[in-house]
Amino acid sequence: MTGPLPWYVAGPLIGLVVPLLLILGGKVFGLSSNLRHLCAAVPLPTSLKPAFLRYDWARTGRWNLVFALGILLGGFFAGVLFGEPNSGAQISGATRGDLAALGLRDFSGLAPSQLFSASTLASPTGVVFVVIGGFLVGFGARYAGGCTSGHAISGLAAMQRPSLVAVIGFFAGGLLVTHVLYPMLLPALLR
Amino acid sequence: MTVMAETVPDFECADVEQVPRSQQAPALESSNRGLALLAYLLIGVALGMLFVMSEVVSWYRIQEMFRFQSVHMYGIIGSAVVVAAVSLQLIKRLNLRTLHGEPIVVSLKQWGSSSLRGARYWLGGAIFGMGWGLIGACPGPMFALVGSGMGVMLAGIVAAMAGTWVYAIVQHRLPH
Repeated sequence: MTGPLPWYVAGPLIGLVVPLLLILGGKVFGLSSNLRHLCAAVPLPTSLKPAFLRYDWARTGRWNLVFALGILLGGFFAGVLFGEPNSGAQISGATRGDLAALGLRDFSGLAPSQLFSASTLASPTGVVFVVIGGFLVGFGARYAGGCTSGHAISGLAAMQRPSLVAVIGFFAGGLLVTHVLYPMLLPALLR
Repeated sequence: MTVMAETVPDFECADVEQVPRSQQAPALESSNRGLALLAYLLIGVALGMLFVMSEVVSWYRIQEMFRFQSVHMYGIIGSAVVVAAVSLQLIKRLNLRTLHGEPIVVSLKQWGSSSLRGARYWLGGAIFGMGWGLIGACPGPMFALVGSGMGVMLAGIVAAMAGTWVYAIVQHRLPH
């Protein structure tokens, strides 16, 4: 693939998912609920589960889990049919320069293998980027009651002020990590 | 056998069927049938392909976004919001219903009763944003990345489940 699908093609198509799900069955576009459904589906005795995870996930969450499975398959098909985009090679020169200055050398694939690979998972780098990063995504999404799809797309489109507050929070957190944590952490981790 | 939990309004998310309350149960049942599930699966496939082909699943693109060095991510999220907002207006103006004939009623996000007004949104949002900045993927793209062959993202999903689980344990002690 020579470059990413342009934003003015991808964005509107992603936006159409909101009315499509509503008309199909009154569903709200929100993917982080699936993390809750997956937790509720963990085969543990009910007594070991917090009340928040005790519900009939197979009934209320089935459609959304199937939807997420579709996304997983779509990721597979895109890779098979069109080849995985070499995203790192195509980002802006400024971003590349900033990241190189922090010690990133490998700009291939959809994420740098210096940070995301099976071999770094057990190292401090993997713990910070995959384990802590993933944990905060899961905790924050449920605390905020939604993620990028639920708040930034569905919520903002419905002009809900709580969603705007959440999206401002998303950016505050992301900017803090990028501009404060990265300069302190990455040079040491990637040395 | 799982038990239905009592709903705790402050902690519940608005991910219920977007139809009048009395019609939520039948709307849910009709979406659990084969053909409806196939439709959700296919929309998911299309979305997963879009996620990868537009590179919103890319850690590099998220960095570009948080460094304000490209319009790409802003263009995608912005145009998605505009299209979704116009669609919602059309649904409202034209009184469009679901395929099964239920009226569409978009549920509103609640402010919560904490004295720290909206704490769950700005605090929870900032926590989510920190995670997004690190792992470079939000929940939807995490699934797409696993499909595209990034096996390590499975660990990311398990970590996100752990985060969800810890939230479930401590939620009553957090301001909402």
